[in-house]
Amino acid sequence: MSAHGQTDEVRLPPVTALGMLSLALVLVGGIYLSAHLPEHVPLGPAIALLAASAAVLLGNVLALSRVKGFAWGSLFEVAKWALLAYAIIAAMIEYVFLRSTTSGGPLVVLTLSLIVFALNVPLLIGFTVARYAQPDT
Amino acid sequence: MAQAAISVPGALPAEGPPAAITRPDFQIVPRAGLPIVGVVLALTIAGIASDKLWPLIFLHVVAGAAWTVIDLFLGFVLGPIMGQLSIPARTELTTRLMPKMVLIMPTVVTVTLAAGWQLSTHLGTNLTGYPLHGWVVASFIVVGVMAVIALGLLEPANIAVLTELKKPQPNPAVIERLMKRFIYTAGATGVLQIATLVIMTKLSAG
Repeated sequence: MSAHGQTDEVRLPPVTALGMLSLALVLVGGIYLSAHLPEHVPLGPAIALLAASAAVLLGNVLALSRVKGFAWGSLFEVAKWALLAYAIIAAMIEYVFLRSTTSGGPLVVLTLSLIVFALNVPLLIGFTVARYAQPDT
Repeated sequence: MAQAAISVPGALPAEGPPAAITRPDFQIVPRAGLPIVGVVLALTIAGIASDKLWPLIFLHVVAGAAWTVIDLFLGFVLGPIMGQLSIPARTELTTRLMPKMVLIMPTVVTVTLAAGWQLSTHLGTNLTGYPLHGWVVASFIVVGVMAVIALGLLEPANIAVLTELKKPQPNPAVIERLMKRFIYTAGATGVLQIATLVIMTKLSAG
């Protein structure tokens, strides 16, 4: 196996690049909202960024799911623990938002953004590990 | 500590079978550190719940300083050194250093951000009326860029290189590739941490 691992035989979608794009979109939305507190902030741009981020995440998962001969076992084994860790991290950040002046629409958007964030990171970690693992038989 | 042998092409003698390099046994996520992480997170929740100034400053400054110093040290001191080490030495250092980073970095980042947001709520520095609000927003942007780099490239590379090293026959080329990614991204976050230092000292000075 070379440095590319199983990618020698299997062409993989750009999961890391798309995952980083999804993360960037959701973070820009979060920064946009956080930068305007506590004043009334138009939610349109933040919702659009969140929707774009979620769409990229979904597209990323769909593109990866179509790959045949991928090490799915390795991906899920790593991703489940990463999901646990990043769910805890997202919950702590949600907790500070709940305790602050954030409420209503901005809080909903920030909460959904945290969910997208907490799903993206395990996918990125799991994919990076699995791409160098032996494919499932 | 248990040891395992791996064959590394970089350590090949001129002829004969691949040289075996000892690799200490290790846990990708050091379980002994998990209770410490739990205590730190519990203290952070308690500090946020109390909404008292001193615990919030303590948590934010200590965790933030650890985050900044570790990033700078990894990016500008240890990273270049690791890049020049022989593969066996790098393997040895990696198996001892990186599992600790798996626990330390997410913990200090979470504590810094959670305590920092509560602190700014307490002080009113995250409100648009704060005179240095632009600097606060700049810190959000810097943290956002660091988060994308760290979560998209650095952390996955860290876990992947450790997973590779746990295999009975680790692939040195994979380790080399992932370590390069780790070192470069650590350098990038190190540069961004300089911006963090500028912003935080400005906010502190008023």
